[in-house]
Amino acid sequence: MYRACLYLIAGWSGFFVMGIELLAGRLLAPYFGSSIYVWGAVITVFMLALSLGYLAGGRASLRAPSLRRLAMILLAAAAAALPVLAFGDTLLDRLSAAMTDPRFGSLIAAGLLFFLPTFVSGMVSPYAVRLLVPDRTSAGHHAGKLYFVSTFGSAAGTILTSFYLVLYLEVNQIVLLMLAISLTIGVAALLVPGAEA
Amino acid sequence: MRVRAAARVRALLATLLAGLAPTAASAGPPLIHAEPSLYRQVLVYGDSYTRCLCFTRECRIGRQSCIDLHRPDWLMFEYTQMMLGALLLNPDPHSILIIGLGGGTLPRTLAKLLPDADIDVVEIDPAVVRVAQEYFGYRPNEHQHVYEEDGRAYVRRMLRTDKRYALIMLDAYDHQYIPEHLLTQEFLIQVRSLLAPDGIVAANTFSSSRLYQNESVTYRAVFGQFYNLKSANRVILASNAPLPTVAQATRNAARFETAFTTLGFKPISILSLFSTGIDWDPNARVLTDQYSPANLLNSASR
Repeated sequence: MYRACLYLIAGWSGFFVMGIELLAGRLLAPYFGSSIYVWGAVITVFMLALSLGYLAGGRASLRAPSLRRLAMILLAAAAAALPVLAFGDTLLDRLSAAMTDPRFGSLIAAGLLFFLPTFVSGMVSPYAVRLLVPDRTSAGHHAGKLYFVSTFGSAAGTILTSFYLVLYLEVNQIVLLMLAISLTIGVAALLVPGAEA
Repeated sequence: MRVRAAARVRALLATLLAGLAPTAASAGPPLIHAEPSLYRQVLVYGDSYTRCLCFTRECRIGRQSCIDLHRPDWLMFEYTQMMLGALLLNPDPHSILIIGLGGGTLPRTLAKLLPDADIDVVEIDPAVVRVAQEYFGYRPNEHQHVYEEDGRAYVRRMLRTDKRYALIMLDAYDHQYIPEHLLTQEFLIQVRSLLAPDGIVAANTFSSSRLYQNESVTYRAVFGQFYNLKSANRVILASNAPLPTVAQATRNAARFETAFTTLGFKPISILSLFSTGIDWDPNARVLTDQYSPANLLNSASR
């Protein structure tokens, strides 16, 4: 149960990041267009946020790591995405009026809206590795399985969002749905026996 | 049994390989230029008679633009003729915006028909602009400007200025890909706002199957009644004022009788396509910035 929960959080977090990344391109397009610069800006922000998130997650795992804290990270990532729904359009409207250069306008817009939720999501994997690994000899084996689950989740998030979800739901409804799933998984993990360790 | 299975596998492989072979390229004129682009292949095919711009190697179905080298004014595609139907609704637009350059046929033709008009073109791909200039005789000058940027970003930028256009042509879609942010209610409202009084919008759309329904209700939601010109392609002609009648369009057509003939067609051939009939599902879902799966809808079956 405890391990299944770690894998579920890592896999869902991968799904969440790629789902949001695809929608980020859609949210920016009405304001900055969908030129190669806009996609370049979105991907840059997500990669940068993930890379720094890995560092922060690894560091956070040094002090009293627990499933409960991991669940809190997942919930924090969801909360960090709330501004997208709350004032995403207003922010994009103002920014695109102020910055006509599509490169830096979209880079700043993507940074303001998506850096934080992606950064926090990036913390999940290294933190979960710390909770999974019982000893040094099996560390690579466990890390490999976790990368598999997390990246597989990313693949699923990409294809489901771009092939199917956008055909049935509005962009904000998809974001809301993903936040609800994060909330459900996060709260469920808090209730798992032994979550405080 | 095993022999037959092997034969079947071989037959299947042969079919697959035949599908991969560049049949279209070998059937049509040879490739004469490939321009490096960040977005797609920008290819020029040609021989001593015609020259075509393509975005894929399947050039037979994916031709963006073609010129007849012996009669360069001749409009080789019916959709270009249908787009000029906009002039039957507004015969003298002083300022024109075209979103999507292609081989530059539309701005080239419009400059010839309306020498005093200011024509702005927005093209996202600098490679297309280079090819239009080098291979298709597109020449920007004091009356003609080309802006290398996203069409939606340009429209938003212009809305913050006093600039308004008497005619806006949307030619940024093709059979393979529709920029989804250029086919939403919000975008069309912005386009309508960028029109001068009694302005006209002409859109060359590539909707088929399910997208046809969604596209129709989206235009309807923004412009009300519009002219739907259907042939191999679909062209939508709409206005921010009450739509001019077919009788008015017929009167305007007289002015272009000679001019259109030099382009290779008669105004009557497009006039006969003007229809305001509703041949779509009025309950289809309107496309918005929040809901814009245009490409998924276009590939789905009816």
